[in-house]
Amino acid sequence: MTETVDYDDLLTRYEPALGLETHVELNTNTKMFCGCPNEFGGEPNTHVCPVCLGLPGSLPVINGKAVESAIRIGLALNCEIAEWCRMARKNYFYPDMTKNFQTSQYDEPIAFDGWVDVEVDGETYRVEIERAHMEEDAGKATHVGGAGRIQGAEYSLIDYNRAGVPLIEIVTQPILGAGEKAPQVARAYVAHLRDLLKSLGVSDVRMEQGSLRCDANVSIAPIGAGKLGTRTETKNVNSLRSIERAIRYEMSRQAAVLDAGGAVVQETRHFHEADGTTSSGRPKSDAEDYRYFAEPDLMPIAPSREWVEELRATLPEPPAVHRRRLQGDWGFSDIDFSGIVNAGALTLVEETVAAGATPTAARKWWVSDLARRANEGGIDLDELGITPAQVAAVQALVDEGKINDKLARQVIDGVLAGEGEPAEVVDKRGLAVVSDEGALGAAVDDAIAANPDIAERIRGGKVQAAGALIGQVMKAMRGQADAGKVRELILEKLA
Amino acid sequence: MITKSAAELGRLMASGELTSEELTRACLAQIDALNPALNVFLAYDAEHALEQARAIDARRAAGEELGPLAGVPVGVKDNFCTTDFPTTCSSRMLEGWVPPYDATVVERLRNAGLIIIGKTNLDEFAMGSSTETSAFGTTRNPWDTGRVPGGSGGGSAAAVAAFMVPLAVGSDTGGSIRQPGALTGTVGVKATYGGSSRYGMVAMASSLDQPGPCARTAEDAALLQEVISGHDPRDSASLDLPVADLVGASQATDLAGMKVGIVTEFRGDGYEQGVLDRFHEAVELLREAGAEIVEVSCPHFTYALPAYYLIQPAELSSNLARFDGMRYGLREGDDGTRSAEQVMNLTREKGFGREGKRRIIIGTYALSAGYYDAYYGSAQKVRSLIQADFAKAFEQVDVLISPTTPTTAFKVGERTQDPMSMYLADLCTIPSNMAGNASGSFPSGLSEGLPTGLQVMAPPAEDARIYRVGGVLERALEAKWGGPLWREMSQPEGSKVVL
Repeated sequence: MTETVDYDDLLTRYEPALGLETHVELNTNTKMFCGCPNEFGGEPNTHVCPVCLGLPGSLPVINGKAVESAIRIGLALNCEIAEWCRMARKNYFYPDMTKNFQTSQYDEPIAFDGWVDVEVDGETYRVEIERAHMEEDAGKATHVGGAGRIQGAEYSLIDYNRAGVPLIEIVTQPILGAGEKAPQVARAYVAHLRDLLKSLGVSDVRMEQGSLRCDANVSIAPIGAGKLGTRTETKNVNSLRSIERAIRYEMSRQAAVLDAGGAVVQETRHFHEADGTTSSGRPKSDAEDYRYFAEPDLMPIAPSREWVEELRATLPEPPAVHRRRLQGDWGFSDIDFSGIVNAGALTLVEETVAAGATPTAARKWWVSDLARRANEGGIDLDELGITPAQVAAVQALVDEGKINDKLARQVIDGVLAGEGEPAEVVDKRGLAVVSDEGALGAAVDDAIAANPDIAERIRGGKVQAAGALIGQVMKAMRGQADAGKVRELILEKLA
Repeated sequence: MITKSAAELGRLMASGELTSEELTRACLAQIDALNPALNVFLAYDAEHALEQARAIDARRAAGEELGPLAGVPVGVKDNFCTTDFPTTCSSRMLEGWVPPYDATVVERLRNAGLIIIGKTNLDEFAMGSSTETSAFGTTRNPWDTGRVPGGSGGGSAAAVAAFMVPLAVGSDTGGSIRQPGALTGTVGVKATYGGSSRYGMVAMASSLDQPGPCARTAEDAALLQEVISGHDPRDSASLDLPVADLVGASQATDLAGMKVGIVTEFRGDGYEQGVLDRFHEAVELLREAGAEIVEVSCPHFTYALPAYYLIQPAELSSNLARFDGMRYGLREGDDGTRSAEQVMNLTREKGFGREGKRRIIIGTYALSAGYYDAYYGSAQKVRSLIQADFAKAFEQVDVLISPTTPTTAFKVGERTQDPMSMYLADLCTIPSNMAGNASGSFPSGLSEGLPTGLQVMAPPAEDARIYRVGGVLERALEAKWGGPLWREMSQPEGSKVVL
């Protein structure tokens, strides 16, 4: 078992520095350099052609829509947009690379020098963006046998459907000074990116499908050391919650190494969702030599300033402005609103409201019931398996009086269990509220008969005692009674 | 019949005096007769060629309007992808590989009705100046079978020189069309970079590679270049310009008003006397045809060769990385006990020849961190200086000329142990690739019984100027010789050519 140091303890002696590299798969219709469909899934090796298979003689042609998306992302991250830049070849051998070089960008990224502000517990942290550059994805290798790695595998299967899918890699400057909040800042940053990219409409940003992937560089150094410690790079941390956990774990692990007088090894590490730990990957030195050079098969990209300004005009309102507007529209207090933001539920609530729910109802479901479920399951809210439209539909059933809040939770159980849309779950599970006076009347009579003393108190004018009888009726009817109707009946019968 | 020009053969077919099937049979007979000795075609398929020919004849018989080269057989250098022949690049690495798609150039040949008769030999992945690095044997020069035909496109040049086909397609990275043209007494033109699509032509050095025609006359080369030129959206470097009237230019009768610059740097030490003599005689003919002749110094051309031997291997090392045995072609050592990396290593060890490995190592080194600036970076600066030399020269003159090669065809094996002497064969041709401009080689005579060539260089997109000079020179020389240069060639044994 790897030694770790208690998180609060390490913070008394060390300060963390983070760097986040996020890969975003663009949702263009076609791939980066050819006309193959850019779709997730599909039978392996069906979305391929001579170009994305890197067959001898084939040549790339850049996808103009991908360049446009890259520029819009750069602008949304408050970056400068290069007046002239080139693609570059990153040379290395790996079987998922059809050409054994990745067409990427090196010292001439399309966007650079930006920033975003993220909020954690009411405090704003500025994350500086070093660059956002364009590149192509590799194929997807599945190693069979061994430990699921290429080393020791019995054989490997490669699906090149993903080869050539357009990616934007967004790299932050070192995130310093966040202290104990560092893991939360990282999480808030990625959540912010996700919301931003979604509002730009440039990516599906589905972390579980890999359309948003994050590598977390983590180092710690003794407080006041004045220089950064040796970093590790934890690869492909694929949920918001995992980002926070992985960084916390790495900080604790590195602290234990340093406390024991050891040195942190510069390497890539793999994150394990199951126990929240990381394990050693491959050594990674700064001097890793990819022999970058300008891609001679593609022409330089020189976006005109007019075009850049046209694209700037297509940007959605900045997140801070957007949040302020939503808070005003919804009429939430700062505390209620930041509860939504901290739960990572802003977009979900927004979409639930757009689907017809009131802001209060939308907030209630996402921030309490659903947040608890996500937390228990160790997953992010948007991975729960219920859509904003479905949440709005559940609330509509409540509003129509078809179900009550308690039944609504059972409806959500059903939706999460894959039993269909909320209305279908109500039908299948027979969850509708009973307001039929005949059925309710019988249950009320039974309750009165079983509790003569309570009935007597009500007759004597103690109306609030009706609650106890309502409870009895609800229990007898397994929660499906219309509570208002039951109350009416009790008071009527005991008048 | 097989000594006639493609232009004339096209006319004969158009007028019904000749069928493509008859012509194709005649070409096949010459290939059958000479290929064992010359090793020009790596693959050819008589039945497939005749099928194509009959289809063209049928279309013509049905009254279809066909282009001037419809029905003319053509050889294609074996680094262009063809769906009906393997495309090996003369490498063990791709032995037997049949591409699932046609190169744009090949597509255009088919659309123009040319008969793709087979695939011609080259240096492995076009790396060489003699075809001696081919994994499938050296092509022999029809002028002297003890000598090389030049390279890398020795197969295409020899195919045309030996009357196996009237036309062939080549690719030129540092002289691979022009240098074999000079060494076999044929015409070879490297189009302006971007003038003809590279899509489907297996890359050696992407920023330098360019397809072009091989023929026996300037007009034939112009006809073929018009067919294979024009914008192709699949090649990002492709120029979106209308194809110029190259055939018209090749038929020019004089050079009145044209200013021709002799490159000062490409004469003197290391040049065979006969090559220089033929060059100066040609210059006189150009002057007589009305050209104004001036000397132009291009001082950085001297550095073109060393800079080229950094840029070209660097790009090549990356372009050839995909040959790893994982997806197509040779796979070596995959016996279930070895890792993917070991199989890649064994495949590349076995699949590439010595020259390929040499260049991959040089290129990898030149791109390495810490060496990049000194090698690749400096070479790119030299490239800019060469471009500047050309730009300055073309402010003064319409075209530049030089000998195409310092020497005539060398003996098989003479330079294989000395890469530097081999590389020097491309001394004069490399600058045009570095600048991306148009350049062609035309026969200028014989030196000690072997052909010499004159190189004409024009600014980008001004390919027509090359054909104008080449056409005028060709007619002036033929008038002087009393016929085409090839009449001086003693036909190899078995040749169907009767003089």
